[in-house]
Formats: sequence, C-alpha cells, structure tokens
Amino acid sequence: MLDLVVFYFFAALAILSAILVVTARSAVHSAIFLITALLATAGIFLQLRAEFLFIVQIILYVGGIMVLFIFVIMLVNLDVAEHQLRFRRQAWIATLIALVMGAHIAMAIYVGRAGLPLASSAPPSSVLEPNTELVGRALFSSYMLPFEIASVLLLVAMIGAVVMAKRKV
Amino acid sequence: MHALLNNPTLHKILYKFEPLLLPLIFALVIVAVLPLIAGYIVLLERKVMAHMQVRLGPMRVGPHGLLQPIADAVKLLIKEDIVPESADRLIFWLAPLLSVTAAMLAMSALAFGPGFQIAELNIGLLFVVGIGAMGIFGIVLGGWASNSHYSLLGAMRSAAQLVSYETAAGMAIVGALLMAGTLSIRGIVQEQADTGIWFIFAAPIGFFIYVVASIAETNRAPFDLPEAESELVAGYMTEFSGFRWALYFLAEYTNMVVVAAIATTLFLGGWLRPFPLTPQLNFLDWLPPVLMLAIAGYCLIRAPKEPVGVQKLFMVAVAGFFLALCVVLLAPLVAPAGSMIAGWKASLHGGFWFLLKVFLYIYLFMWLRFTFPRYRFDQLMRLGWQFLIPVSIVNVAGIAIALALHRALGWYLAPSLILTTVLTLVVAGFLGAAGERKEKSEAIVGEFWGAGRDA
Repeated sequence: MLDLVVFYFFAALAILSAILVVTARSAVHSAIFLITALLATAGIFLQLRAEFLFIVQIILYVGGIMVLFIFVIMLVNLDVAEHQLRFRRQAWIATLIALVMGAHIAMAIYVGRAGLPLASSAPPSSVLEPNTELVGRALFSSYMLPFEIASVLLLVAMIGAVVMAKRKV
Repeated sequence: MHALLNNPTLHKILYKFEPLLLPLIFALVIVAVLPLIAGYIVLLERKVMAHMQVRLGPMRVGPHGLLQPIADAVKLLIKEDIVPESADRLIFWLAPLLSVTAAMLAMSALAFGPGFQIAELNIGLLFVVGIGAMGIFGIVLGGWASNSHYSLLGAMRSAAQLVSYETAAGMAIVGALLMAGTLSIRGIVQEQADTGIWFIFAAPIGFFIYVVASIAETNRAPFDLPEAESELVAGYMTEFSGFRWALYFLAEYTNMVVVAAIATTLFLGGWLRPFPLTPQLNFLDWLPPVLMLAIAGYCLIRAPKEPVGVQKLFMVAVAGFFLALCVVLLAPLVAPAGSMIAGWKASLHGGFWFLLKVFLYIYLFMWLRFTFPRYRFDQLMRLGWQFLIPVSIVNVAGIAIALALHRALGWYLAPSLILTTVLTLVVAGFLGAAGERKEKSEAIVGEFWGAGRDA
C-alpha cells in the first residue's frame, strides 16, 4: 500500500516536472525541473529496492551532468528564447504525431498488460542481497564485453575532446 | 484514559512506528544542534585565527567571546532581508534552502558512533557523497539568480572547482573502499576494527588527496576562489543578506562537518578508540570523562570573574552541561560489567571519539586556512587535473594490485601496501617535477615575450 503511494507520488512528480521542463520560459527554470524529474526517477528506483541505481542516478545525472548543463546555460545567454513564441507553429502535424505515439504506447501497454503488474509487493530490502555487489558481479561477468566497449567509447570521446581543445602541442 | 492506553489498535500503530522513533529523535537532534555547532565552529575559527596572528579575537560578548555566536545569530535573524530588484525571486528564495537541505540530508546516513545513526544504508558512503555534492546547485543557482557579475563569477568558479576536485576525492575514497570491501558506514568502521589498522596508515596518499580535495569542495582557503573577497566581494553570496546569508553559512559549515565525518569514517577509524584491541591502553577510556570534568572545572573557576550576572549564570550553566556529560561518559565505566548502563559504553564513548576526530579534522582545515595564501585559478585547475587526478588514479590501481597480491598470491599486506605507497610517491614526484619545469619554462617565455601573451 505504502509502496503504491510512494510510486504514484514519484511518478506524478516525474511527469509533472517533465511537462514543466518544456513549458518553462527560462532555460534555468527548465533545468531545475529537469533535475526534479531526474530526482523523481531516482525515487522510483529506490521504491523498487534498487538503491545502487538510485544513488548512481543522482551522482551521475543530477550531480554531474546537470551541473554542467547549468554551467553552460549560465555561460550562454539564452534570454532571446524568452521573447519568442515557441509553440503552435505546426499545431496540426504535432497533434497528429502525438496521437499516433499515444496510440502506440496505449497499444503496447494493452498487449503486454499481463506482464506489467504494479510493484505492489516488492520484498523488503532486508531479504534482498545488497545490489551494489550484484551490479558489479553482473557487469564483470555476463556483461563484460558491452561494459568494456562502452568504456572504450567513452575513452575515445575523451581523447577526441582533448585533441580538439588542444591546438598547440 | 486507561481504556485508551490499552487500546489494541493504538498498540498496533505504535508498534508499527516504533522502529521510526529513534531515527526521528536523532534527526531532530541533528537539525536542532547543528546550527549551534556551526556557530561555535565559526567562533573557534575566529579565535584560532586570532591566536595564530597574535591577536585576541572576539572577547566582548561573554567570557572569551563564548556568547558571540548567539549574538551573531540574533543579529542575522533581525537583519533586513534584501532581494535585488532584477533577481529571479523564486530561485533566489530556493537556492539557500537547496544548499542547507543537501548538506543536512547527507548527515542522515552518517554514523556518529555505533548507536547514533539515522539510517544504515548499504550504499551509505555513496549516499553521503552524492547527496552532499548536490549542495552545489544552491551555490550555482544562487549566484545566477542574484543577477550580478560577482555572484555569477563566484558561482561558475564554484561549479568548475567542484567538478574538477570531485573526481580526485572520489578516487581517494575508492582506494579506501577497496580495502573496506563495503559501502556501508558501519561495515567500513567494522573492517578497520577487524584488521586493526586505520586506513590512513594503509593508504596515506589517499588520505592526503582527500584532504586537499575536500578543502576545495567546501570552498575554503587556500581554495576559496568562489568567495575570494579581494576579487569578487563575496562571490555567490554577494547579494544575500540576513537569514538567507545565514543559511548559506550554515550549509558551508555543515558541509565541513560532513567531509570531516567522511574522512573520519573512512580513514581515521570512525568511532574506534586509538588502539581498541590493546588492553594495556585501556586507560584511554578514562580520557573522555576526565576531559569533560576539566572543562567543567575551568568554567566554574571562571564564572565569578565575569562582570555581568547573566554571563555568570551562563558560565555555571556551561559547567553544569559538561559535568552532566562527564557523568554520562563515566557511568558505563564504573557500572558493573554486564549491566545495561555498561552496555552503552560503545555508543557513548564511540560518539566522543568520533566527534573528537571530526573536530580535529576541522581544526586541520583552519590551520591550513591561516597558513597558505590563496591559489590562482589556473594553479587550482592545474593542481587538480594534472597532479591530484593522475596521482589518485595511480593510487587506486596500486592499492588494487596490492590487495590482489595479498588475496590471490598470499603476500603479506603491509609490505605490498608500503610498496604501493612508495611507487605512488615516485609517480607524484615525477608529476610534480614535470609541472614545475613546465611552469618555469612558461614563466621564462612569458618574461621574454612580455606579459599578456595569452590575452
């Protein structure tokens, strides 16, 4: 019961702030709502007893990426966007696409509804194995190759950024 | 009334909430006491600074300025609250709150002794580090919302500094975590008790890196560029006044306590007494009550010399407080073994040792602050990226290899760790020499081609 309340609270918060991200006038306000959306998602992870994902979501997305987002937003003056009319340019096409997408999602949920029980009976965390260890073991055994590929990809991106930023050697 | 007390539904509800009761009390204690502690850390800082500069420091309010924090707090509370006209009011209101909330929330997973912890999480340390780092949003958003150049520059510097030094601090933490083998706060301290060695001795370089990085993260001198008063007035806090400013101040000092608590837990053995396994040193258990008794005695001796009646009363009250602490710390030692009170020894004495270590760490911060001049921003960035991060990565790799040698090949742990430390020191020496050479050559080139070559 409490689980459901927590889930709906965070889910509603996530959706609400996601809407506000697009509708907010100022770019910094959008960024703040994006932070709230990310935090709400982290809350849902926690409700699912995935505390490692919860804190990684906060450290990486909120503490790392969003700080850089806000940093860049503050560097670049985005006041122009506040004075423009931003919506209703292609109202008909947008409505059409939104309807089709909505139908898709509704269809997917309807077809797969048997496999989607709401998390009403998650076991208490004392029963579960600490999932930091579980994530680590999975990453370094079953998912070793994808993990290493992702690491190499990040390394390439990093070296690329250094090469592009550094003109004189 | 009687019927109400025996009501089964009430009992059921109470039973359900009983596990939440103690954490709730702990949370209230932290929220209530922390501002007071922060105030007294400020006083301590002013006194230490004054004595280091051969001055007296605050002397007027209370004996040796002991009431100064309370006077300051009252002053801050009744000051006019000014909001700049072109500020973003909502964010201006939100930003200081964000800083304080993040810092306080980080306290919730810390353990101030084996009995005093709001929540024991198996991601404990990650939680403290991750949530504590969110306080940066308060600084960045506050600097942006003030709509002033000084504030914005301070906020940007703060963000850049945090992102740079978070990496080094994280690597230093990883080094110690490898030895602990767990993220839970209790588990880390337990591991240090079991192996009988504080991790500062196993990974001294990790500790050094963490000290430097944590000074940079808490924006303190010599890395206080975000609020460098000779360049930026007060940095991100320039436009804040009164209570909002006090909140920023509270957040800053709470963050200091948090990083000190992390360092204590991870490197300094948490709530463990020095040499907990050596029975010959058991007399150290008498230190806490004797120390409290000494403070109480000093306050009582000083009390009659105070000029004003209120101050006398205050001194007597302080003496009474420390006397009570002395009794509380003494009770488990003199109580018969096996009784309930003797069982509280771990919690009470653990709390004492933990707080002692935390305050010693903060004292180290003050010491560094009054000793070193402020870094220039490019020096700060160079130190972070070109020295601390490479050294910390080498350190982590070295510790991992040492542990692998110990666990897989059966080497003794101590020699392999010492080897790691020496190797890391050699790498650090090379990096430092290279950095110095580069700086020197740049300085010569700068002299030759004239200043402002980069402009």
